Amino acid sequence: MKRKIGVYICHCGSNIAGYLDVKKTTAYAATLPYVVVARDYQFMCSDPGQDMIKNDIKELGLNGVLVCSCSPTLHLRTFREACAEAGLNPHLCEMATIRELCSWVHSHERENATEKAMALIAAGVRRVLYRNPLETKWAPVTPNTLIVGAGIAGIQTALEIAGAGNKVYLVEKEPSIGGRMAQLGKTFPSLDSTSDMLIPQMEAVQANKNIELLTNSEITEVSGYIGNFKVTIKKKPRSVDEAKCNGCGECWAKCPVEVPSEFDRGMSKRKAIYIPFAKAIPKIPVIDRKTCKFFLDGSCHVCADVCPTKAIDFKQAEETVKAEIGACIVSTGYDTFDPTPITQLGYGKLENVVTSPEFERMLSPDGPTGGNIVLKNGTAPKAVAIAHCVGSRDQNYFQYCSRVCCMYSLKYSRLLKKLLGHDTNVYQMYIDMRCFGKGHEEFYKSASDEGVNFIRGKIGQVTNIPQSDEEKGKLIVVCEDTLLGTMIRVPVDMVVLSVAMKPRTDMEEVARTFLLGRSADGFFLERHPKLDPVGTMLDGVFAVGCCQGPKDISDTVAQATGAAARALALISKGKVEMEAATASVDEEVCAGCGYCEAICQYSAVEVDPKRKVAVVNEAVCKGCGACAATCPSKAMQLKNFGQKQLIDVIDEATKEYAGLAR
Amino acid sequence: MTVQLVTEKGKEKCDPAFTKEVMERSHSHLERCYQCIACSSGCPGAYQMDYPPHQLLRMVQLGLKDRVLDSNTFWICLSCETCATRCPNDIEIVLVMDALREIALKEGRKGTTKLPLFHATFLYMVKMFGKVYELGLILVYTIFSGNILKLKGLMRDAVLGVKMFMRGKLAILPPRVKGKAQIKRIFQLSSKTG
Repeated sequence: MKRKIGVYICHCGSNIAGYLDVKKTTAYAATLPYVVVARDYQFMCSDPGQDMIKNDIKELGLNGVLVCSCSPTLHLRTFREACAEAGLNPHLCEMATIRELCSWVHSHERENATEKAMALIAAGVRRVLYRNPLETKWAPVTPNTLIVGAGIAGIQTALEIAGAGNKVYLVEKEPSIGGRMAQLGKTFPSLDSTSDMLIPQMEAVQANKNIELLTNSEITEVSGYIGNFKVTIKKKPRSVDEAKCNGCGECWAKCPVEVPSEFDRGMSKRKAIYIPFAKAIPKIPVIDRKTCKFFLDGSCHVCADVCPTKAIDFKQAEETVKAEIGACIVSTGYDTFDPTPITQLGYGKLENVVTSPEFERMLSPDGPTGGNIVLKNGTAPKAVAIAHCVGSRDQNYFQYCSRVCCMYSLKYSRLLKKLLGHDTNVYQMYIDMRCFGKGHEEFYKSASDEGVNFIRGKIGQVTNIPQSDEEKGKLIVVCEDTLLGTMIRVPVDMVVLSVAMKPRTDMEEVARTFLLGRSADGFFLERHPKLDPVGTMLDGVFAVGCCQGPKDISDTVAQATGAAARALALISKGKVEMEAATASVDEEVCAGCGYCEAICQYSAVEVDPKRKVAVVNEAVCKGCGACAATCPSKAMQLKNFGQKQLIDVIDEATKEYAGLAR
Repeated sequence: MTVQLVTEKGKEKCDPAFTKEVMERSHSHLERCYQCIACSSGCPGAYQMDYPPHQLLRMVQLGLKDRVLDSNTFWICLSCETCATRCPNDIEIVLVMDALREIALKEGRKGTTKLPLFHATFLYMVKMFGKVYELGLILVYTIFSGNILKLKGLMRDAVLGVKMFMRGKLAILPPRVKGKAQIKRIFQLSSKTG
């Protein structure tokens, strides 16, 4: 087949045309072998630009197209779709990146930029020349979705997807769903009670027949690809038969073992058989085998004796559930920073220096203090200092802003004034007030109108050593009022540390299980910060909520709803396009050494044990080319990226240097 | 706010009652100030002040009574309202300055500036003549402020006075105003209400 190639050079407004000679480049492209037409246009990606390509394909019978413009990640799909519409196999369309690689990086050297663009175009024409039409393949989509983590993000996503009539596996590591939001007292900026919002959602999850709730469970293995994942879920033993238990509470009332409650941040005690909090869902207790006396020395089995339904099952073993899913949503949430290493703040040494999660538990009506703010001696504080940015915006700990601390600190001050009276002195030691959300600035204004004292400056020290009579028996916050330029000493009864949100400690495990990337801050990396903030580098896997970065409840819910839409779009389409440029094996050359099998990240290559040749599973292959690069005998080649093709393109692009060498 | 400041002057106490008094007298939400410094950057008199307006507001917020009342800031303030017009938090800074003058006079604070004398002389002229009598004002002020002993300043004022006179900007005799009786009554009434 004689090749007829069309070359299209984009001005990209003045992005390209402003920095290199488009006319000269176009004239040069027209002289290249097999090129039958070379044109330039203002915006190739616009409708008239695309129509230009379509017309040429129809009228001139082009069988190869090279668009010279931006990066292929931006517009390759656009141009391939245009070619397909005109009846050309989309794999015969290629791009040469003359914007990012020429005009942007050589903006002060017009001559050189033009020359480089010409070299790239010549090489691009070679690339098109060797391209073969490939068949686009489709795979079906399993209409089930897996959601990992049942905090507000997971709950919201599950309800959206299940509400559309699709099956959802909602997997939660803890014995109850609800996540971090269940630990909060009230929310900003409306000061609504968290449980008023969350509990109905949690109940809706339990009542929804499309949601299979797997609490006290973890994902151990994920394999497959978009639309067709296979997951293995490990159900840790509860030691309580879920079918028999009616949640009456006899067992945890009688259990003699008391340990600090994780849910209440160690501020109250729970039993060895327990539900994390009163409104837990499912309301089925779990036995903590590390502290239960039966498991330690077999000396106690009170719970089994008192249980009216005989639901206690000490012999319950770990269960494994296998599920086939189409999309996966990771919403594993965050941890909070432990401020003990910041010794000057006195956390852990001074009484009444508490962290924000502990303070949240105090504010919760179902918390250890019944919603009362009290000091260790049981009295109410008269003055409270709130330290912002503990761990956040700090090169020693976390460089990023945790985005919610300013607002919850304001919430604390307003609640303090509300609960303890207007004469309670509240001090905010802040660096910057960042109240950017809807209604947030107004909330800040209300707080300052209520007489909250704002002191711009990071706390230097919290001490209990008084320098005057009125400081006796108080905590003294020493910091600089940077607005005035003087050091100040503030005697208070309580210090609340607004600690940073940080990636969960098991982040790395989850990242490895799902093959997710992590950004510099340690959270999961989104595919694109602006245009795909819920997608991840692995197709069909989405990251939502605070596992992707710190955010407040409203942002989390917005993102969760977005991820649900993405999963539903996948399900409703019913099929996914497979990578066409997969690896292929020349079975006559292959020696079956297995290097390719070892290097493949997607488990797409296996060596057939009988024939001793590598076999590529085209449905799984992503076309990354690792196997082709590894193959010692060059038996493994990537379609359209064969060795000859690549070498020839490089030769063309670097021919002037080759000439110099000779 | 019961905060203690540690400064080069030693330790300073904060007086929350002072903050409250200023807020009540000025009817302004000065607790809203978040120190954007728009007031000070537009203030035509700030270069003469001990503390620019934004710092004075911060001191009032903290209740640093002595530092505030001993400063010349609120005396120098021209009440041009540039600050109040530009304030994003709608704080009536001019009213705050007025309140501070009132408190300073009430408490008999001498301060470091002679501006209270100037204000008093100005008002005396208005009371006497119905509007300001520039020549009389400057003569009385120069005598009472002791500036009469400073020859250099005196000469400068005299040269300026002659120039103004030549251009018809300075009258030798006091102005004549209708309704002096009413103006006197205004003074009487306002002195009663304080």
